[in-house]
Amino acid sequence: MAEATLTVEVGEDDHIQGPADAPVTLVEYGDYECSHCGEAYGIVKDIQRRLGDRMRFAFRNFPLTQVHPHAESAAVAAEAAAAQGKFWEMHDTLFENQQDLSERALLSYAAELGLDEDQFASDIENETYREKIEADFMSGAESGVNGTPTFFINGVRYDGNWRSGDFFEALQSGQSRASAT
Amino acid sequence: MSNPLSVGEQAPDFTLPSEAPESAGEAAKKSVSLHDLRGKNVILAFYPADWSSVCGDQLTVYNQMLGLFQKKNAELLGISVDGPFCHKAFKEDRNLGMKLLADFEPKGEVSKLYGVYNAEEGVSERALFVIDKDGVIRYSYVSPMEVNPGANEILKTLNEIEENKGAASHG
Repeated sequence: MAEATLTVEVGEDDHIQGPADAPVTLVEYGDYECSHCGEAYGIVKDIQRRLGDRMRFAFRNFPLTQVHPHAESAAVAAEAAAAQGKFWEMHDTLFENQQDLSERALLSYAAELGLDEDQFASDIENETYREKIEADFMSGAESGVNGTPTFFINGVRYDGNWRSGDFFEALQSGQSRASAT
Repeated sequence: MSNPLSVGEQAPDFTLPSEAPESAGEAAKKSVSLHDLRGKNVILAFYPADWSSVCGDQLTVYNQMLGLFQKKNAELLGISVDGPFCHKAFKEDRNLGMKLLADFEPKGEVSKLYGVYNAEEGVSERALFVIDKDGVIRYSYVSPMEVNPGANEILKTLNEIEENKGAASHG
């Protein structure tokens, strides 16, 4: 059985937290409107706190627009915030406010984060961000993303339960499969 | 244990209802036969049941990729032992664009034909087949019930099929 592995390495196109030379890299493919991703957001934050500089985290877009009508515009908002150096602030704000991802809400979050509002409003119309999101989606599809969120630990898809302590242990060891032979 | 058909085998033909009739008792209005799709690549996604959350995720993900499959001249068919009315409600609820086939009567017949019926649970296994334009199985995989297989191997297989097309394979 072929295991699912990342086809696109973490690189300069990614939004990254943590040091480049961290022994463990966690990649999430997520959707800002997905409630499971909202739950995972807190879990990942907690693990980041516990592992500190031992883990690097990258977030990639995988909006399931057929079931989540606001997922794409929310992803665009985060990418547009990134253009002003505030990707993670917007990423966090979106996951903390999943119940309202309307166009108006997105503009107000941008204002709260101190973004240049005119710039932001024009950026969210920019096709470049949609292309970036599509590229994320494509790399996810080819890497075996099988739902949202999907996690990859050091390039290998994590098929265990991310709600359990196993996830932390897998990240601590840097291996998606605890008993991999 | 399931014993899925292997790569290289001819995919057996079948006909299953794809849409619920207007009312119970009426014969299914529409059905899909594999041979109708000859000339196209076909992805068969067998899954245990409508509504269970893992399947929902799997089909939701595939649903989002229908455009990618289409670009590779492929049509995806979902197959489970749920009846046509159940499929209809499930499709509407999840906004699914692919056809869901009901392997309902006789129960699991097509799943058995492909060697992916789980008799103990009375459902189809979570299994994937990619069939090329000539009806030959090019990818065959049974996933653990609780793990969504994703589409990476489907896309890889479709890429291989489409890249080799016309390249020295004819004549």
